[in-house]
Amino acid sequence: MKIAVLSGKGGTGKTLVSVNLAAVADSGGYFDCDVEEPNGHLFLKPSLIEEEEVTSLKPVVDMDLCDGCKICVQACVYKALAYIPGELMIFDEICHACGLCTYLCPQKALTETPRLIGKVTRGKRGTLTVHTGVMNVGQSSGVAIIKELLNQLDDDLSIIDSPPGSGCLVHETIEHADYCILVAEPTIFGAQNLALVHELTQVLNKPCGVLLNKVEEGTNPSQIYANEHGLKVLASIPYDPYLALESSNANLIVEKSEKYRAFFTTLLKEVIDEATLTAQR
Amino acid sequence: MKQLLLLSGKGGTGKTTVATALIQLSKAKAYADCDVDAPNLHLVMGAFEEEETKPYYDLPKAVIDPSLCIDCDLCYQVCRFDAITQNPYSVIPHLCEGCTYCVHVCPTEAITLQATVAGTIELKKRGDETFSTATLKMGSGTTGLLVTEVKKQIKDTAEFAILDGSPGIGCPVIASLTGVDLVLMIAEPSVSGFSDLQRVIQSAHQLGVPSCVIVNKSDVNEALTSVIRDFCAEESIPFLGTIPYDKEAVTAINEGRSILERESLASQAIQVIYHRVIKELEAL
Repeated sequence: MKIAVLSGKGGTGKTLVSVNLAAVADSGGYFDCDVEEPNGHLFLKPSLIEEEEVTSLKPVVDMDLCDGCKICVQACVYKALAYIPGELMIFDEICHACGLCTYLCPQKALTETPRLIGKVTRGKRGTLTVHTGVMNVGQSSGVAIIKELLNQLDDDLSIIDSPPGSGCLVHETIEHADYCILVAEPTIFGAQNLALVHELTQVLNKPCGVLLNKVEEGTNPSQIYANEHGLKVLASIPYDPYLALESSNANLIVEKSEKYRAFFTTLLKEVIDEATLTAQR
Repeated sequence: MKQLLLLSGKGGTGKTTVATALIQLSKAKAYADCDVDAPNLHLVMGAFEEEETKPYYDLPKAVIDPSLCIDCDLCYQVCRFDAITQNPYSVIPHLCEGCTYCVHVCPTEAITLQATVAGTIELKKRGDETFSTATLKMGSGTTGLLVTEVKKQIKDTAEFAILDGSPGIGCPVIASLTGVDLVLMIAEPSVSGFSDLQRVIQSAHQLGVPSCVIVNKSDVNEALTSVIRDFCAEESIPFLGTIPYDKEAVTAINEGRSILERESLASQAIQVIYHRVIKELEAL
């Protein structure tokens, strides 16, 4: 069972929900796919067992072989290559590492060399495995890191902590998920971004339910959206200064409070039941 | 034109709320929402007199004609983005990055490229104000390019522009950072927020853009607010103030108005910060 936690908007509580679900599950894996700003490890504090570098294949030119034909420059849709007499310039940050230029070069002047773009660490917290992807600052895409991170997904219970937004990183993250938890804030911003990720789960055909977080008295636009669109509300977490403080200190609330341990244990069970049910349908 | 960008690393720290207030205080004539993955600024900027919407085209994506496909498997073997499925051979549009490698290797010319609308870019006008924003269509991925387009629309339309950024440090953030004069980092006093702040400051630094920092919801964790303040002092990054947690902010957002409209601790704090930001910009 693979459960992804996403939100569209940042700061709604994806990591809070993911790490506490993983902590009560106490087995399987927690996968932090927010490779630009990974935070789950700060809460779960795993003991490191392995660390692997993630590289991406980028073209390198041998100017002794390049005859300036510019076939590579014309073929690259990302405009990652430019030719000035005597020099072929390659812009690594723009390059998508598709391999086309190297394939096309008639002089075999281009070769692909691995470049470090980030790392994947795997650690243990008791029987839970904590997988974290980290993109190096200055890189533009963490997709390859997420791929590397998720290649250890197995049939065990997996909690996948998604990056914010609804772009390419989020696609990659929820590609393998069986069920998505959409965490939403009680603001029109929250509702707007809930609508975006809800649409994304529909495009990718993923079953999902909503978790309302930081709920205060008054109208909750996210709840209204969920009701209007027949989205199941899994649970609701009221705004709680104690929860906010413990989380800001990177403490697991399920270890600090029986109330929250019971809440997340019930939530986990409900999500698993819900996901099993939708899978059968 | 001087451009101020708001970033945070971590999401949900209050970029859009602070951006709205700064736009109002500075009477900025040009502003843009660079968070094309999850745009929100339009929700609080009110109605505009003129709205111009145009489609945004992604890089064309590959399409396989099954009647020409001979199942040779070459396209599947060369695709680095896992965008091709076998039996029958077809392209998964949201994974295709449009590189055209498959088009080049296909022996029967069964693969062609198809232009796809990836979203819309909107330009809104009200008096002498210009607001640029965009919406990315679901299943599209090239956010960095779209951010660049959003910024182009307000380029040189006024002397001063405010840009609301996106969370993270990847391609949309790098695209939003290019060419701006100053970044205001909206930090949050949490272990996570502090970690994210350091990474985004490093991103701005790599691109040669100076940063200054404020802490929002500072009273949620005063100890960590101090840690961030000390960090800024050590790194010689201007620390321009703190904003306390304010329930009024939630109400203001939901009523689609600025937090400044009602007297509160948060609105007072933002006014102080505004004057300090302007000083930073003038000192550049």
